[in-house]
Amino acid sequence: MPESSDALLRLEGVHTDIGRYQILGGVDLAVGRGRVTMLLGRNGAGKTTTLRSIMGLWKPRAGRISFDGRPISGMTTPDIARLGIAYVPENLGIFGKLTVRENLLLATGRQGFAEPRLERVLKTFPALKVKWNASAGLLSGGQKQMLAIARAIIEPHPMLLVDEPTKGLAPSVVDHLIEALKTLKSEAATILLVEQNFRVARAVGDEVAVMDQGRIIHSGAMAALAADERLQQRLLGLSLGAVA
Amino acid sequence: MTASWPGTIEKWAPYAVTPLLMIAALPAMGFGPWLTLTVAGLCMGMMLFLMASGLTLIFGLMNVLNFAHAAFVTTGAYIAASVLWRLTDWTMEPSLALNLAALAVALVVAAVASGALGYVFERLVIRQVYGAPLRQILITVGALAVVEQLIIVVWGPGAIPLPRPAMLRGSVFIGGSAIETYRLVALGVGLLVAAAMHLVLTHTRIGLLVRAGVEDREMVEALGYRVHRLFIGVFIAGTALAGMGGMMWGQYQTLVNSQIGNGMTILVFIILIIGGLGSVGGCFIGAVLVGLMSNYVGFLAPKLALGSNLLLLVPILLWRPRGLFPIAEH
Repeated sequence: MPESSDALLRLEGVHTDIGRYQILGGVDLAVGRGRVTMLLGRNGAGKTTTLRSIMGLWKPRAGRISFDGRPISGMTTPDIARLGIAYVPENLGIFGKLTVRENLLLATGRQGFAEPRLERVLKTFPALKVKWNASAGLLSGGQKQMLAIARAIIEPHPMLLVDEPTKGLAPSVVDHLIEALKTLKSEAATILLVEQNFRVARAVGDEVAVMDQGRIIHSGAMAALAADERLQQRLLGLSLGAVA
Repeated sequence: MTASWPGTIEKWAPYAVTPLLMIAALPAMGFGPWLTLTVAGLCMGMMLFLMASGLTLIFGLMNVLNFAHAAFVTTGAYIAASVLWRLTDWTMEPSLALNLAALAVALVVAAVASGALGYVFERLVIRQVYGAPLRQILITVGALAVVEQLIIVVWGPGAIPLPRPAMLRGSVFIGGSAIETYRLVALGVGLLVAAAMHLVLTHTRIGLLVRAGVEDREMVEALGYRVHRLFIGVFIAGTALAGMGGMMWGQYQTLVNSQIGNGMTILVFIILIIGGLGSVGGCFIGAVLVGLMSNYVGFLAPKLALGSNLLLLVPILLWRPRGLFPIAEH
């Protein structure tokens, strides 16, 4: 994992409760600048809660979260987003009654779309151009996922949090998303990506952190985990084959 | 992708309810009474829309159940009465222009005063109970009682007359049917406000944010927008609209008392439920349906008039349990 000076986002001893239940029990995580960090783990391990705690959607009970050296744990969600953290939630957060154009427009500043950026996003996700004036609620699952990611990158953000982007998608759509994430990676974007699909994690991840029962139980290079079948078995409870 | 027939029918069917109701009523009463009652129903619907539209946005955007909304209706009516008393030179003059100018001044003052009161109310009362529905109900019902008593302190316990301007007292004859002039004015004002709201909601960034916020407030915040600030604006606009509705309704009744808003509360909530929570378009159609149904049933079966709105609400909820045009998920 990155050294302190390299980390754009840092979580130290983060505890988050939902109601009476403790979900995060001291999460320590560093997300390196310009790196793609995969957050893996079984269902209920606390991955989504970690992202929501970063965004201030659930307030941590204890611990410290800092972004670019600045503490953000006590900040409101809009203030955290204004620092430049874009968030794609697990449910995508698509506004179904709004058009594709309006969904994207919401993620831009007062000046509206920056043409070169818009063109590039629509080149990455051409389906959105076809559906430009259609209600987002009528898009397919894959198109909604593309819209959610397009909305997060329509303006440049120092950091991107993405929660299970490939969940429930057909393999061909997953391949398309992998390519889109690789494009972002090639632009030195800093991404924290929650993913259950190991193939995706292997394809785009630089670093990996594995969660279990509300804690990080392993962190290191993605390549090392991909190459070690026994480690996969121990951490994730299943072996996905070793790829050097 | 081509939409399937059942999907298309499902999407457009709610729009057909109003014309179907109007068509169904026609053979039961003949054209003359039908026209009179339809205009009366539409006029009543417009006034109800003014009162209800703010409430549906307030609920849709912040999940706030504001039972004190009626207080702003009542305040608007009293403020308008006070303004019109000072403008009797204009209202008594047999000049349509002066009469309409007096109404416009009263409408603006009622809206501004109700909106200002709404701002204070949001800061002092609503802000304390975000996310606590039970406390919201208790505190807003209590606040309604307090405002009603304050109104009695300021304007006295008795009803005060709110006579219509000279040129708006009679009727005009359209197609052989007598239609009250004031109803046509109310219809015009309602349509104007509905069109303005539509324009703001569909052609401005604030409107876009409101529509998005009603659907998924959390995501709007995650995009960097401070929804609470937006909500204050919506709350002020909603209470200002309630004040306008109170003014129009008071003028329609020609009498104002401290219960004028409270008496409309049930109707307003029925409209919200019929239209679908958070939907301004749904609120508009719900208000028109309630207005038409009240007038048709009142004429055809007066004994059923009190229950006419339930006759409308029950089948609609059986057909669409979340209302005709639901937006808010909560």
